[in-house]
Amino acid sequence: MELNDLYRRVIMDHYKNPRNRGELNDESISIQLNNPTCGDRISLQLQVEEGKVINARYTGEGCSISMSSASMMTEAVKGKQLDEALELAERFSALMQGKDVEFDELEDIEALSGVNKFPARIKCATLAWNALKKGVESAK
Amino acid sequence: MNINAIREQFPILHQEINGHPLVYLDSAASSQKPRSVIDAVSKYYELDHANVHRGVHSLGSRATDAFEGAREKVAKFINSPSVEQIIFTRGTTTALNLVASSYARAVCGEGDEIVITPMEHHSNLIPWQQVAKATGATLKYIPLQPDGMFTLEDVEKTITDKTKVVSMTYVSNVFGCENPIKEVTKIAHKHGAVMVVDGAQSTPHIKIDVQDLDVDFYAFSGHKMCGPTGIGVLYGRRELLENMEPIEFGGEMIDFVELYDSTWKDIPYRFEGGTPIIAGAVGLGAAIDFLNEVGMENIDAHVKQLSQYAYNVLSEIDGIAIYGSEKNRSGLVTFNLDDVHPHDVSTVLDAKGIAIRAGHHCCQPLMRWLKVSATARASFYLYNTTEEIDKLATALVQTKEFFGYGIE
Repeated sequence: MELNDLYRRVIMDHYKNPRNRGELNDESISIQLNNPTCGDRISLQLQVEEGKVINARYTGEGCSISMSSASMMTEAVKGKQLDEALELAERFSALMQGKDVEFDELEDIEALSGVNKFPARIKCATLAWNALKKGVESAK
Repeated sequence: MNINAIREQFPILHQEINGHPLVYLDSAASSQKPRSVIDAVSKYYELDHANVHRGVHSLGSRATDAFEGAREKVAKFINSPSVEQIIFTRGTTTALNLVASSYARAVCGEGDEIVITPMEHHSNLIPWQQVAKATGATLKYIPLQPDGMFTLEDVEKTITDKTKVVSMTYVSNVFGCENPIKEVTKIAHKHGAVMVVDGAQSTPHIKIDVQDLDVDFYAFSGHKMCGPTGIGVLYGRRELLENMEPIEFGGEMIDFVELYDSTWKDIPYRFEGGTPIIAGAVGLGAAIDFLNEVGMENIDAHVKQLSQYAYNVLSEIDGIAIYGSEKNRSGLVTFNLDDVHPHDVSTVLDAKGIAIRAGHHCCQPLMRWLKVSATARASFYLYNTTEEIDKLATALVQTKEFFGYGIE
């Protein structure tokens, strides 16, 4: 078990210097999710116009994996059509299942591929993406 | 107490995790099992198993003797005045739920009070919330001091003549403090309330005497005291148990069954509907034999010495926050490292073979009181050593460094 597989530098960068942390205006779609087994929680806001994600922000508390994953997700999803955003979330799920997936949108995301070797931590990485899926569904 | 000889008896401890010798510091979540317990359970299944209290055949008698023999061992272990006051349950949670659902729901009504503390495990908190909602009783909390303990003055102020039930943990699974159960019980009784104690963290290492404590109900789990999972105990005062209705109905607990009415067996059987956890009880009996052989006083002294040692060693680490009082440490140390989430701490420690707990410890209200979302916890039992605590301390320093480098 190599810790460096999990804690890649790019992950730590997103953890220490989070992108898109904060809140959007009241008209945005707002999704709250938590991970009851460990206490991690995320509040995701999506600004959707004409079927497209214009902006995404999040607040929350959690470990380096859950918070860096939220930072990367919000970066990747901006400018995506809702269908594309959903498809991106599906590809992330596949990545967590150990499948070989590429991310042209934001190669940082691939840094999270090491999480699949740490079964107890997969739920940390998927928290933000599950919030995204819920948000997209409610926007449709 | 010869730690090496004790460790020899725990097969699971002699393995490597991620290339390092296992350092198991999560006994407050569940303890490991000595060879004698593992053997007692498998021997029971190999030689003596049948259903209990039913068959006329020899195996049925042997299984019943083994099961009831375990009940006798439990009764002696906590100094219950009689064997019938020992009810086997699935664990502490089921035991506390039995008190809440049967006793408390029957005695509580509008205007009555149930008193607990904010340091309770969810299993000694949610059952009382549910009773309060169902009966109209008020749930009250004894306030905590900044060090996580409460004062007897506050206990006096919180418990009133309207209080029907006081329930609290003997040892906190977050602060590791030992609560003054005897004193609180006296105050509860002065007001005519019954005293319920969550003994999940205390029974594994503190010598328990339910008559000396004078408590009305006492609940604990087998798996935290070297026994199997799935077996726990509720001790209750006889006159209370005898007036309580069962909450589970079916086989094993009935006296006569008519088409439209039924009557119950005497205690403890009326609370043990269905085929009980026979092998679990046998394993718990073996665990009690094991603990008695080592000596509860020795175990308690060792666990407290380790806890104080851990507090002292971990306090030296820069940027560590330890929760709870420095004194009165009973079995564990809960902490956080600056800027490193406890899950990350736990993953890095696991890579070094060290098992600790990270999360909210089933104490979400207490985490909010501490203003943290989660904490890390190292807990100790009779098989742990000061060398293991040194390894923990070294690994924590490395964890800080590792996360420091990650941001370069």
